[in-house]
This record gives sequence, structure tokens and C-alpha cells, in this order.
Amino acid sequence: MLFAVLSGFLLATVAPWLHRLFGRHSGWALGALPLGLFMYFGSFLPEIQQNGPLVIDYPWVPGLEIRLSFLVDGLSLLFAMLISGIGFFIISYAGRYLESHRDLARFYVLILAFMASMLGLVLSNNLIALFVFWELTSITSYLLIGFNHEDEDARKAALQGLFVTVGGGLALLAGLVMLGMVAGSYELSEILTQGEWLQAHPWYLPIVLLIVLGAFTKSAQVPFHFWLPNAMAAPTPVSAYLHSATMVKAGVYLLARCYPGLGGTQTWLFLLGVFGAITMLTGIVMAVRSTGIKRVLAYSTVMALGTMTMLIGLGTEKAILAAMVFLLAHALYKAALFLLAGVLDHGAGCKDFLQTGGLRRAMPISTLIAALAALSLAGVLPLFGFIAKELLFEATLQAPRWAWLFAFAAWSAAILVVAVAAIVGIRPWYGAPVQTPIPAHEAPPAMLLGPAVLALLGVFFGLFPWVIAYGLLEPAASSVYGQPISLPLALWHGFNLPLLMSVLSLVLGLLVYRYWDQLRAQTALLDQWVRFGPERGYEAAMQAMVRVAHWQTALLQNGYLRYYLMATLLSTVVLLLAALALNASAVQFYFDLSGVMLHEYVILAVLLAATVMAVTTRSRLGAVASLGAVGFGVALIYVLFSAPDVGITQILVETLTVILLVLVLFRLPRFLGLTSTALRVRDALIALTVGGTITLLMLSTISTHYFDSISSYFIENSQPEGYGRNIVNVILVDFRALDTLGEIFVLALAAVGVYAMIKLRADRLKKGES
Amino acid sequence: MPMYSLILRSASHFLLPLLLLFSIFLLLRGHNEPGGGFIGGLVASAAIALYLFSMDVKAARQVLHIDPRELLGWGLTLAVLSGVPAVFWHQPFFTAQWLTLELPALGEVKLSTVLLFDIGVYMVVIGSVLTVLLALADADDARH
Repeated sequence: MLFAVLSGFLLATVAPWLHRLFGRHSGWALGALPLGLFMYFGSFLPEIQQNGPLVIDYPWVPGLEIRLSFLVDGLSLLFAMLISGIGFFIISYAGRYLESHRDLARFYVLILAFMASMLGLVLSNNLIALFVFWELTSITSYLLIGFNHEDEDARKAALQGLFVTVGGGLALLAGLVMLGMVAGSYELSEILTQGEWLQAHPWYLPIVLLIVLGAFTKSAQVPFHFWLPNAMAAPTPVSAYLHSATMVKAGVYLLARCYPGLGGTQTWLFLLGVFGAITMLTGIVMAVRSTGIKRVLAYSTVMALGTMTMLIGLGTEKAILAAMVFLLAHALYKAALFLLAGVLDHGAGCKDFLQTGGLRRAMPISTLIAALAALSLAGVLPLFGFIAKELLFEATLQAPRWAWLFAFAAWSAAILVVAVAAIVGIRPWYGAPVQTPIPAHEAPPAMLLGPAVLALLGVFFGLFPWVIAYGLLEPAASSVYGQPISLPLALWHGFNLPLLMSVLSLVLGLLVYRYWDQLRAQTALLDQWVRFGPERGYEAAMQAMVRVAHWQTALLQNGYLRYYLMATLLSTVVLLLAALALNASAVQFYFDLSGVMLHEYVILAVLLAATVMAVTTRSRLGAVASLGAVGFGVALIYVLFSAPDVGITQILVETLTVILLVLVLFRLPRFLGLTSTALRVRDALIALTVGGTITLLMLSTISTHYFDSISSYFIENSQPEGYGRNIVNVILVDFRALDTLGEIFVLALAAVGVYAMIKLRADRLKKGES
Repeated sequence: MPMYSLILRSASHFLLPLLLLFSIFLLLRGHNEPGGGFIGGLVASAAIALYLFSMDVKAARQVLHIDPRELLGWGLTLAVLSGVPAVFWHQPFFTAQWLTLELPALGEVKLSTVLLFDIGVYMVVIGSVLTVLLALADADDARH
């Protein structure tokens, strides 16, 4: 299981070479992994149906109770199979769609890394692991939206998506940690059984608010929906995969996952039900108002996300099942439609519905696929979308509260969905042929396979719903609901109210499509209004952040090294003195010079002399050399007191410091004594304070023993457990390897930082000269 | 920057390989005797710094074969990856894994993820010191 989840990352590391190896067939070659994963996850289905959920556990950071444990149940398998299954079509499709893009290799790396993060997210059983994967999806999504990084709009959209989702991610982290503290465990399988305890706890409300905030930002619920349509700056396969079929559903996944523990309360119903319904209506109204092909699809995705959130909020048995059915139906037709949007762009150069028309002669297969997907979107008998729509109506009509309101909202949305389906299913293909930017031609098979299979699945599941219901949807709905659900899915529910609503929505929706152009003209006022939407709030917040950054940079980073040093030293001194004041008794002036040997006095004298020299000399090179002498003296002390490793390191660092300083010294102007006496006195005082504080610190350290020293543990275990006699090294690379890892990262960052400063300055100088 | 000293230049040609060998020696023996990746990396950086002073930036880069910034990245990657194998044996991340080989000529050779980690540290130290050093020397050259 661990290997399956991480295999995407592993393949991503070698993807560029595989791409070079397979050339134009690389899409198929790399697509083999998601296809294999799809079958692997599928193989779990019979097992969990017989034995219930499966937990697979790997230790990760046992000290912090962070485990890499995976929860395999109906819900996680439904998502895992969607991610890997659609992932296969996306990658093979992208192999052709981005064939001539020079960064195709980078695309493979990112999309595979994304797929692995997403699999980790839906399979994680540990809250912290889930959060790590959650953030990984945000980061890979950021890189994928900004894939065409030379385009300013793409960069802006990527940053917007990142800020919104990562901002929500912070709230989520707080919520998850609180949840873990209340439940006494970070394992989902142990938390979710404690529903009653959690809901009675005073922290219930903050936990729900924080987790829901995280889920809402990720799943683009109002008022955070604005980032999703902007994310359409990404290449079409990315939009199809991340921003319709998988990543944006991570929020829905999280809500569904948390339902057994947190769901079913009035708060839950209100938050999810109401915001979901508002999102549903906002999304679909915006979709009808738009004309860009990907924008229409993006807004209709917002609508779908709102619908699923609302259904999980309603929380009845039927609503949960409806959410799962809707999830699958939506993933199938929306991925197909997005891929077709790419086909339109690739084969005819069309990015806007107004540019299209009469393409059915040039692109007959695409026309057929579009028709099937659009029929499923509209919810027409006998497609899978029809079942989803019927269930949606039934679930809203049976809602525990405000049933008529929810039902009316769902029905109004459905009318506009039908109109959108007509726009994507009819508008580009029928009617009088339009002059397209490039002569229209049918897409290659690699680009038609994905949409065709996905659209045909919509037909198949519609005709034979029990196939998918028994194997996947019922287990998924059961694991959300917390107890077995068995509601047979059927295409025909008889003549009832939902059917009437369905038929009426079809008729009215087609009417809306008939008068689409007029309708858009008449509602143009809405655009004025939308400009004052939440996106404006986002922009204001970003500007405020930049202003604060400017202000504090000007304040703190004034460019004078001496002030930086002073600020650093003095704040250290203040903190240390405060700590010492709290332990004033610990400082004991205890001098016993009887054991000091003569040569140690000599070293001390050299150290003192070198220090005095460094302070008083008027030559910079002299000062550097004296400082070097101090360093070597200290190294000598280390060696004398049997710490050879530290001594060697000190000598080497000292040497390199001198080399660095020499390189820098040549660039400084001649030494001038500009400092006034008052300033010198001030500096001397600061220096003495710092030195005195450190001395006090040393004195208190040697006389305080709060705990038994850990060094005896290291001494005893270095050889038997670390297989090394050099304790310092065993600590560095084995016992405390994680600390060392942190340190080398800091070292690397510092080097990159210095490099950037030197290079920026050099570039500026060069520009100034030319 | 280069100081045209024939003595330094001739000496550095002999010293460079010796110092680099010494740094690898320090790296490998680190587990039992004073040494290790950090110290080894510093010695190697100092060796190349010496070469830089006696020759010039171009020569120093040629000795290195690889851009120090890349060395930095690969070092970090290696250090992180050395923690991964443990997870596949159901042990916490970064648990050391040992492999003892009996080689005919060398006797018993112990290989471990710890050594990989130390090599990673070695690379990061060389990478970061030389990234800064060569950038400074470059900037210096640009001014002259």
C-alpha cells in the first residue's frame, strides 16, 4: 500500500528520462502506472465488502504519534479509483495534447506527483499525514496552474489558488490538531467512532468551523469560489484532472470523511447545507453568464461542488448516497467535457463558445462524445446523470429541515444545468459552420479515448446501475454514513414528484438555451455586481499584505549591518537575561583555579591578546587574522578537553571564514576612522553586555542539573546501536539525524540566500554599466 | 583575484588531489574516528578554495565538474532519501539500516544508510561553501 501511494512520486523522479526514452509514446508509458494502480485499488473491493474497512499501518514519527497509516474503505477506494482511473486518461491524453510543448517532461513530473499526493490524501488514516498530503496537492496544483509560467495571468491565478487553499489549509491544520486532542488519537479510524463524545465537547464548534473552512477553500465554496475559474489558466488536462475531477473534490472528500464523527448536527446542516446551496446557485448562474468554454465548465464544476457539499450537509441516508452517485457521475461527464474542450482548442483553436458552430462535420466523433456527456450532465434518461439528478431531488425533498427550500434551489439549479449542457452539447457542433481560428479537424485517437470511455461509462452505469452500486457506491456511501446503506439504484423510479421536476427542468432549461444570447445581454448588469464580489476582498487583502511587508522591511531591514547586529545581539541578551533572572539562584560564582595547567594559561593569554588586537587594530586584515587566532585558540581548548571532532570543525570553519573575509575585504573602501567616541563607547558597552551575559549563561549551565545528562546514554549506546565508536558522529548521523537534516537545509538555504544577494548586486552593477 | 605565485600554483596542483583524498578519508572513517561528512566537506571546500586562490574561478569550476548549486541539491536529496528505506521495513523514518559485506580483498565492509546520509552532508557542505565562495570570486572577476 505504501509503495502504491508513493509510486507516483518515485515515477515522477524518473519521468523526464522516461519521456526522453519513449518520445511521443511517453503518455502511454507513464499512463501505465495509474492504470496499474486502478486495478490494484480495485482488487481491494471484494475484501472490504467481506471484512469491512482495512487499516494498514507504517510508523513514521512515532514520538509525535504521526503514523503513515492508510484507511481502505468504500469512500477511499471510490476516490482512489477515480484518481487513478481518470489519471490514466489524463496522462495519455496530455502526451498528445502537449506534444509540442517544450516542458512536457515537467508536466509529467508534476502531474504524477500530484496524483501521488491525492492518493495519499484520500487513503490517509492519520490526520497529520492527511494534512501533509493535503498541502502537497495545493503545492502541486500551484505549479500546474502556473505551468505556462511565462504568462502573467497564469502566475497570478496560480498564486491566488495557492493563497486561498493554503490559507484554508492553516485553518484545517488547527482543526485537525484540535480534533486529535479531543479524540485522544490522530487515527481517523479511532476518531470517527466517537461521534457523540465529539459533538458534546465544547470544542465541537471551533473544530467544525476550522475543518469546514479548510474544505470550503479547497472545494471552492462561496465565498472562496473565485479561484477555481481563474485556475483555468492551466493547460486543459490539468483543468480536467485537478480542477474538476479530483483535487477540488478533496474538500468534499474531507467533509464526507468527517461526517460520521462531526456530521448530523444542526450546525453541520446549516453550514454545509446553506453554503452548499448558495454555491450551487452561484456557480450555475455564473456558468450560464460565461462564454469561454473552460470558464463555463469551471463554473458548472463550482455548482457540482456546492451540490455535493449540500448533500453531505443534509446527511440523510439518501442524501449521502446521492452525494456519492453525483460525485461519480460528475467526475465522468465533467472530465470528458473538459478533455473535449481541449479537443476543440487543439483541433479548431476555439476557446470561446461564441467562436464555435457547425463543427460536427469536421469532428464527428467528438460531437457524439459531447452529446453523450452533455446528456448525462443534463440528467436525461437513460444516462447515469439522470439517476444522480433523481436522487438529488429526492434527497432535497426529504431534507430534515427547509426541505422545500433545498428542493427549489436544486430544481432551479437543474434548469440552468440543462441550459449549460445544451451550450456544451449543441452550440459548438450544430448550426451554421463558423470560421474557426485553425481549420477544424478531428483529434488523434489518444485524445479521444479518454472522453469516449468516460462518456460511454456514463451510459453503461445509467443502464446497469446495480453494477457500480453494489461494487463501489454502496460501500462508499456506507462508510460515509457510518452504517450499511442499501438503497437499490434504479433508472426508473416511477411517476413521482422528482420525475416531474426533472422533466420541467429539461423543458425550461432548453428554453433558457434558446434565448441564451438575449439572456446574457439582459443580465449584463450582473457583471458590474460581480466585480464587488469576494475576489475584490482577496485583492484588497493581498495589497494590504504587500503594504505591511514594505513597511516592516523599511523598518527592520534598513541596510546597515551594524543595526542588524545590534538588534540580533541585544534581543538575544534580553531573552537570555530574562531566562537567567528566573533562575537567579542557578548562577554561582565558583572559581577554583587549582587544576589549571600552565599551558592552559598560555592559551588563555593568547586568546586575550588576540582579542585586544582585534578590537584595537586599524588594519582590517589584522583584525581578521586576530579573530582567526582567537578561533584557533578555542579549537586548541576543544582538543585539550578531548573533543577532537569539534576542534577540527572549529579549525576548518575558522580557515574558511578567513578565506571568505579576505575575498570580501578587497571590495571594501579604505579604512577610515569615522566613528565618534560616543558611538565607540556605545559599541563597547554592547559588546561587554553580550560577553557578560554569555559568561553568566556558562556559569549557570555548569552549576545547574535539571535532568540526568543524556551523554551517558549516547556513550553507552553509540557502539551497540549505532555501530560507531565516534560518538559525535553517531549522534550527528544516526541518533539525531533529523536535527542534522534540518541543519544542512538551513546551511543550504543560507548559501542560496548569499548567492542570490551577490548575484543580484552583480546584475545590478552590470546593468548600471551598460 | 588570482595571485600569480608560481610556488602556490605548483604546490596546489599536488595538494589538491591529496586534500580531496584526505577529505574522503575523513568522511569514511568518521563513524569510528574523528571525522565525518561535515569535517570532510570542509576539508574538500578548503582544498578547492586553495586551488581557486592559486589559479582562477574557471579552473576551480573545472575541478569541481559540477555546479556547486547542483551539488547542494543532490546532497539534500541524498540525505532525505537515506531515511526512506527504513519505512519499507516498517520502522520509523531515518532508522539506520546496515548491510555487512564480506569482500575477499577488503575483509568486512559495512554499508549503511548512515553513510549515505553522511555523504549527503558532505555534498551539502561543499555545495554551500563553494556556492558562496565561487559567487564572490565571480563578482570579483567581473569588477576587474
